[in-house]
Formats: sequence, C-alpha cells, structure tokens
Amino acid sequence: MTLEGLTIARAREMLDTREVSAVELARAYVARAQEHNDALNAYLEIFADWEAQAAHADALIAEGRAGALTGIPIAVKDNILIEGRIASSASKILENYTARYDATVIEKLKAQGAVFTGRTNMDEFALGSSTENSAFGPTRNPHDTTRIPGGTSGGSAAAVAADIAVAALGSDTGGSIRQPAALCGVVGFKPTYGAVSRYGLMAAASSLDQIGTLAKTTHDAHTLFTAISGQDTRDATSLPDTFFTSMRKPKKIGVPRALLAEGVDADVHDAFMRSLDTLSQEYDIVDIELPTMRSALAAYYIINPAEVSTNLARYDGLRYGVAHAGESLIDDYRQTRGRGFGAETRRRVLIGTFVLSSGYADAYYRKATAVRTAIRDDFRRVFDDVDAIATPTSPTPAFLLGEKADDPLAMYAADVFTVPVNLTGVPALSVPMGTVDRDGATLPVGIQFLAPQGADASLCALGMQYEALHS
Amino acid sequence: MSNPDPAIDVAKLAALARIAVTPEERETLAREIPAILAFVEDIHEAGGSVRTDIGEHYNVFREDSDPHESGAYTQALVDAMPESERGYLRVRKILSQD
Repeated sequence: MTLEGLTIARAREMLDTREVSAVELARAYVARAQEHNDALNAYLEIFADWEAQAAHADALIAEGRAGALTGIPIAVKDNILIEGRIASSASKILENYTARYDATVIEKLKAQGAVFTGRTNMDEFALGSSTENSAFGPTRNPHDTTRIPGGTSGGSAAAVAADIAVAALGSDTGGSIRQPAALCGVVGFKPTYGAVSRYGLMAAASSLDQIGTLAKTTHDAHTLFTAISGQDTRDATSLPDTFFTSMRKPKKIGVPRALLAEGVDADVHDAFMRSLDTLSQEYDIVDIELPTMRSALAAYYIINPAEVSTNLARYDGLRYGVAHAGESLIDDYRQTRGRGFGAETRRRVLIGTFVLSSGYADAYYRKATAVRTAIRDDFRRVFDDVDAIATPTSPTPAFLLGEKADDPLAMYAADVFTVPVNLTGVPALSVPMGTVDRDGATLPVGIQFLAPQGADASLCALGMQYEALHS
Repeated sequence: MSNPDPAIDVAKLAALARIAVTPEERETLAREIPAILAFVEDIHEAGGSVRTDIGEHYNVFREDSDPHESGAYTQALVDAMPESERGYLRVRKILSQD
C-alpha cells in the first residue's frame, strides 16, 4: 500500500470499498511512523493500542455505521487530552501526567471511530515558532532534517508531511497550525475563534487559542474540522451554529501590499506574486490598507505572555504533574516551576507577570488590548469590501535548527502574518504555494487566506479553488 | 552586566511568578526582558481605545443543578497527586503555632 500523499478522501474510499481494512491501514501507518520517527521526532509517543482502535473502526464499517473519519489514522498534538493517556504539552512539568478525561474534539472523533496514531511533539505549552522549545528534543522538517518544521504544532505538521499520519489535530494561538503547515508543505486550518471547543485543550493564551486541523488538502482539513466543530457548553467561548455563514464563493481578495515590502524573502515574495496571478483568473485582486497590522506583533507579544502567565499559574506541582521539593511551600512552587518549565516558558511567564503588574498594566496590557480592538476594527472595515485577504503565511521558508534559538525576537518575527488572525478571531488557512531553494534544499512555502468571522466554509472553498488553479 | 531598565528587577519578577531562576539565568533575562519590552514599545505609538462592550463572546454558565455523584472522580484525581493521604491532597504545614 502506498501511503505517500494518501488523503482522508481517498482512504475513505479504500475503507468503504473494502480495498483495505482499518487495521491494515493503521498497521501500515504505524510501521512507517516507527521507521521514520527517530529521524523526525514528530511523535512523542506512538500509541501501542492502534490495532484495538482500528478493529473497532472495522466493526463500525462492517455494521454500515462508518462516518467520514471512521478508521482514519490521525495524530494528536500533545496538549489535547485523551483519557488514560499521557498528555504533557511537551513539558517536563507534565511528563508523568495522565489525562483524566477526553477533550471534546477527542470525544467527537472517538464516536466516529477515528484511529489515534500517537501524540505529536510541540513547543512546550504551545510557546514558540519552531518546535525547538520541546522538553523532549526538537522535531525535524521532513524536507530537510537540518531544519525546523515550524511551530508550535511542528510534530503534527511533520507527521502529515512525512505520511506518518493522514491528518492531525493542532492548536493555533498565533500561527501554530498555519506556520508549521506552510514550512512542511501541508494545509493548516485555524477556524474562527469559538468554532471548535477547547474543552480538554491545555490553555496557553485563552483569548487566542483555537484547535484546528492539518492535512494534505483543504478538503481533508475541512472534513476533519467538520467532525470536531460545534457549540459546546463546556467551553464558555464556543459559538452557536447560527453564527456561521453558509458557503458563498468569494469574489474579491484583498492584499495588504504595503506590508509585504519589507521583511519577506525575495523568492517567497515572488512565489506569492505568482499565486496572485493564478488567483486573478477567478478573483478580483485588490490592494487593501491594514495600517494597524504593524502593531499586531507588539500587541500579541504582550497579550500572549499576560494570558500565559495567568494560565500557567495552575502548574504548581501540588495536585498533579512533577513536583520538586524546596525548603517551604513557596519554595516548592519555585523549584517545581523553575525546573519543570523550559527557558521560553519561564521567559513568557516573567514577561506576562511584568506587563500585568501594578504600575505597568495600563501602559502594556491594557494598551495592547486597545490596539487589539483597533486591529479588529481595521479588519472589519476591510471585510466590508473584500471577501478574503491573502498574505504569505511566513516571511521565510524553514530555518536551520538552532538558527534563532537564542534570539527570542527573531523567533517572534516569524509570526508577523499569522498573529493578527488570532487577535481578531477570524478564520485562516495556509495552503502550499510552491517551493524555494536554500543551500541545496527545496523547501515548501505557504499562502495564507483570511476570511471574516464565521465564514469558515467560504474560506475552505477558496482554498480548494486555489489548489485546483495552482496544480 | 548592568540592567538597562532599572524598573525591571528580574529577581522580584521571578519571586512574583514563583519561578526559581539561577544567577546566570537572571543575567540573561536582565538583557532579554528589556529587549522584548523595547520591541513591544511600538504599541505606544498605535491608536485604539479600550473596548467596553463584551463582543460576541461572553461567559456561559450552566444551571447550578444536577451535580455528579459525590466521589465519582475522587480516585482519579487523588491518583494524579504527587502526595496524598487517605483520599486527601497532602500539603506542607503553612501555619505555625508560635
């Protein structure tokens, strides 16, 4: 059986026509994963019970109860809870933590009989842009193993790109699905904030976090999204179905050209311009102004650490996780968190503590939330005129392991086109737009499409049309 | 290395955040944190007013009824605790009688 390029759609046909059983399919993926994972470190754990999961899927298929994802091998980011399995967020502080319940997205996929292949590597607590912040070693890019896969869902993106999972779940706080998808040459979809329940997702920055999907095609990413989306009373920010608009084919795409003039690698810029030419066969491409977008990165790197420092206060070594004893109760906390958290996590918590501290909260945190409002208003104004916005997903292709590891600001700049999406809550999709060459390696790059809040279906239709025009 | 911004006292921040940092790391952070804060200074040039409406998202509270059966999750939670005793979380004594 050839797994290279196998999609959910094709695997569904193969399963439904009995060309292959779910057990055979899972066996093939697990064998391939075991063969390639040492080189990639995409999976932190390949689940040993894949055969029992797949046998259950085969039973559902035999009974005529197959859904879109029954028997489909799916990888799960390590910050999403599956009852009875380790969920560590790639952190030493949770390396022994076993989830006590299923995340809503897992509950939904289990009901369909999807097969979970394993838990994927990530930047610790979803803080980073390269998956180098994992406590369990970096993931490597399948296109060039000396390079990073992007992050924070780097393990999920690498697993899909290397055909060691058909598709994967990730989470996206500032680009954590779209940027690794772009750098690994797969599709990454961050739905509208509130479209997918976060119950059972470890919170990083709650006003920005969203579970989404990584797959080989937009169609697949949408199929997986459809299976996991829906209002959930256990996530206070989840939105009712009535919030979402039905599919309307977009006609007009806005491009913030002024923002592309600086900081984007020349060949990435060229690939993007060629994509716009391709799109102009079917769409009106117009220039748009998004002046507030220039402040997005600054606002993001205040709001994110502020919320992270608050959310990560729960990891104290008292109730679960790894504990390190100190000389007093307060020293227990300090030792547990000092040794349990990695360098970037400690840095973010400290910055978050500063921007929320008395005397500085007005100048930093409250000002950043005000800027966030201005960015939202800017986007709303632009979406009155255009149906979608296009940008490169990342200003560069995958960089070398270690290249930016000691320079937090260079790392943060990788997120320039992705963070405004999380600040505004709109849905966004990264689709492969070609390749560029670096030091003899051919590296994928991605185009990012944004749509108004709730227009997830129309956004995916645009992604599918782009794939058709581009191929 | 001297701290370029006297307002940023890494030791104090680390104490507030309940994170032990080594003296070497304190030095690195004393350089990095002001650099990151300088990077986000842009926002002071940007416009925008603090939002007062609640927007599309608001808290959804469930009815305060139908509690789960008492003890249904106790064992699972106790199993996750680093230290427990007879079904209770074991913590350090924090009050003394002196």
